[in-house]
Amino acid sequence: MMNFRVLKKARVVVSLIFFLLITYIFIDFTNALSVALIQAILYLEFVPSLLNFISLAGIATTGFIIIIILTLLFGRIYCSTFCPLGTLQDIFIWLKRRFTRKKQFRKSRTFNQLSYAILILSTLLMVFGWIFPLLLLDPLSNFGRIIVNLVRPVYLLLNNLGAFFLESIDIYTLYRVEPGMTSWFSILFSMAFLIMLIWLSLRYARLFCNTLCPVGALLGILSKFSIFKIYLNQDICTSCGKCSAVCKAGCIDKDKKTVDFSRCIGCLNCLTTCPDNGIMFGRPQKNPDIMLKPFDSNRRNFLAGGFLSLASLASISLLAEPQGRRRGRDRSLLPVIKKYPVSPPGSISLEHFNASCTACHLCVSACPTHVIKPSLLQYGLSGLMQPRMNYHASFCNFDCVICSEICPTGALQPLIIEEKHVLQLGKVKFIKQNCIVFTEGTDCGACSEHCPTKAVKMRPFRKTLLLPVVDPDICVGCGACEYACPTHPKSIYVEGNPVHLTADKPKIEKLEQPDIDDDFPF
Amino acid sequence: MKRRDFIFKGLGAGVLAGSGISLHGFSRIMGNPIAPADGEYDLVAIKGSDPVAMFDKGIESMGGMQAFVKPGQTVVIKPNIGWDAIPERAANTNPELIGRMISSCYEAGAKSVSVFDNTCDEWKNCYSKSGIEQEVKKAGGNIIPGNSESYYREVKIPDGKNLTVTKVHELILDSDVFINVPILKSHSSAKLTIAMKNLMGVVWDRRWWHKNDLHQCIADYATFRKPDLNVIDAYRVMKRNGPRGVSTEDVVRLDAMIISRDIVAADAAATKMFGLEPEDIPHISIADDMGIGNMNLSELNINRIKM
Repeated sequence: MMNFRVLKKARVVVSLIFFLLITYIFIDFTNALSVALIQAILYLEFVPSLLNFISLAGIATTGFIIIIILTLLFGRIYCSTFCPLGTLQDIFIWLKRRFTRKKQFRKSRTFNQLSYAILILSTLLMVFGWIFPLLLLDPLSNFGRIIVNLVRPVYLLLNNLGAFFLESIDIYTLYRVEPGMTSWFSILFSMAFLIMLIWLSLRYARLFCNTLCPVGALLGILSKFSIFKIYLNQDICTSCGKCSAVCKAGCIDKDKKTVDFSRCIGCLNCLTTCPDNGIMFGRPQKNPDIMLKPFDSNRRNFLAGGFLSLASLASISLLAEPQGRRRGRDRSLLPVIKKYPVSPPGSISLEHFNASCTACHLCVSACPTHVIKPSLLQYGLSGLMQPRMNYHASFCNFDCVICSEICPTGALQPLIIEEKHVLQLGKVKFIKQNCIVFTEGTDCGACSEHCPTKAVKMRPFRKTLLLPVVDPDICVGCGACEYACPTHPKSIYVEGNPVHLTADKPKIEKLEQPDIDDDFPF
Repeated sequence: MKRRDFIFKGLGAGVLAGSGISLHGFSRIMGNPIAPADGEYDLVAIKGSDPVAMFDKGIESMGGMQAFVKPGQTVVIKPNIGWDAIPERAANTNPELIGRMISSCYEAGAKSVSVFDNTCDEWKNCYSKSGIEQEVKKAGGNIIPGNSESYYREVKIPDGKNLTVTKVHELILDSDVFINVPILKSHSSAKLTIAMKNLMGVVWDRRWWHKNDLHQCIADYATFRKPDLNVIDAYRVMKRNGPRGVSTEDVVRLDAMIISRDIVAADAAATKMFGLEPEDIPHISIADDMGIGNMNLSELNINRIKM
């Protein structure tokens, strides 16, 4: 008994540590944590680690293998320790138990078929480069989106208020930040998801994890083969129901004295409740009654889930991928129609990026210039909420590679600064008919000012004026020109490269050093 | 003052007083027969040393920092910190110069000295990579953010032609003394960026200027709050690809500095040092026409110091 108490407490402590650290990673705007630390904290997150492994096949991305081994040993302890979305649900559940009289949860029916269907569907589609179901349901990505879209704005507001008060007494340790909105769709999606999660967890506890979560489904199957399990001792158990009352997964059948360990989320709460030591965590005795029955029905469910997923595959494939278009505000000017969106640095190609990003929004949060924003339909429906470079909001800092370094799924591959300096995300395009210099006959040149490679240069025009000319070969597609351009619609913009290319280095000619000893020219 | 000087000056002054021409006017006509005393120059140009030494020499000739900063006053220094670039790229004002200026403000009795810019690149990178943040902290100044619209207050610019309303950083509006410390650079849209152009970094919405005749807006803003002192860093000078520059290959050494109260005169002198004529830079001509300052250097008392 005593050991189980310690074990449970340890589980709570570990889960809270991971919960807080991961929350901080997503909420932070100062880039305070080192890349190595962020990678270490997210190392065990299942879906990012698996995706990273697929695209990198590196040793640093083997966290999911550790989780598989842990599950084969002890069951789904991942769901109650390392998964921040699991801990978030536990917090709602704890609050309910703390502040209402209802200590028990409704017994939900089991949705194993749906759960397996989601698992099969998301795996199959992932293999074929369609990550959409995983993007919608991955627990870490949903947690990230909730933090970045809903919690972070509150955090920034508090920071700005704090900065404001400190500045009034001449302390400038804090500073105000205005990252702008992520995207209305992503905010609404996170809100809807959070409301669903609160409703489910308050009513049915951890039903999400056993119905909609693809990681839960996979680890559930694996945990059938776990060496150590939670089980009821048929001889001691009095069917008093104390353990099943605290079970968040509803996986204990007190009358049959069985535990469906595939649905157990490993919270260990039940272990501390039994007055007779009738509930155990260890190697169960070979008892055909406990072992085989749920297994058989599960196999049937798995097959049914397969059919369900194939049916939905067919229906999904009917959805076309529409192109996002912007219409100009000034009808007399030419609209900017981008054929391809600009994907963040390190994304290699739209194909690679769209197939491996689960839209966790970590890059959205970490980007110092706040240029990375969740997309709507720019990548098509399947890329919903995957981040893109929004050059109306900001531009990409020439000497920055943070997003590529911290991406947990490998959708963005790590870059070094020298690579980034010649990495071409897209190519500059100039629309003379929209440009101030052409339409108003006054100097502007904002685009050329901000260009880091001088892919936008100014050339004499109409005697005294200067008009931009572009050299797409040395353009890196950072969007500084597009962001700075004062016209609506823009006169200069970056057309995304569907496959990122290498830009030519700007030609550098020697300058002659003037004679410093010359006299003053006045 | 030597006895002979005293007699000569006294004599001259007497003659001039009689004929109703000021000493100032006399020296203009006669091509500077009498050197004005320190503190009476319209403009000081220094050449041939490092920024700190040139500043010390130059400000002494302008009557010392105490001529600009009185004890207990609050000072704001506005360098160019626009870019995420190291000092050798000459995209930002020399950091040691800023450090020295802060110390000299404190020596003159300043209550506080604050430094900020509304940067073009990401502001924290600009502040640190320019080396300015470190120098400000070392010298005991405040390095203040300019990255949030909430720091800017809307003001009217009654003498502006195009630019009549704009949002200005509160430090510019609330400080007693305003010192402008640009770096001389080539500029793709304004041709050159010097003292007047540097003031684009104290307002929030620069896009509006680009949209509504950039040169006129630069001159318009200079009618609003003229800096009490302009110190132009022309030690390292970006000769092309400005204002951001592509590499250190865009930079030459001029080892020079211009100090003046007159922002237009300072710009005119720096333009000539760059190798261009003030008339070729539209915002300088416009500012001269609007009476903001004097770009005709032959009409000014200039102290030329070679070190």
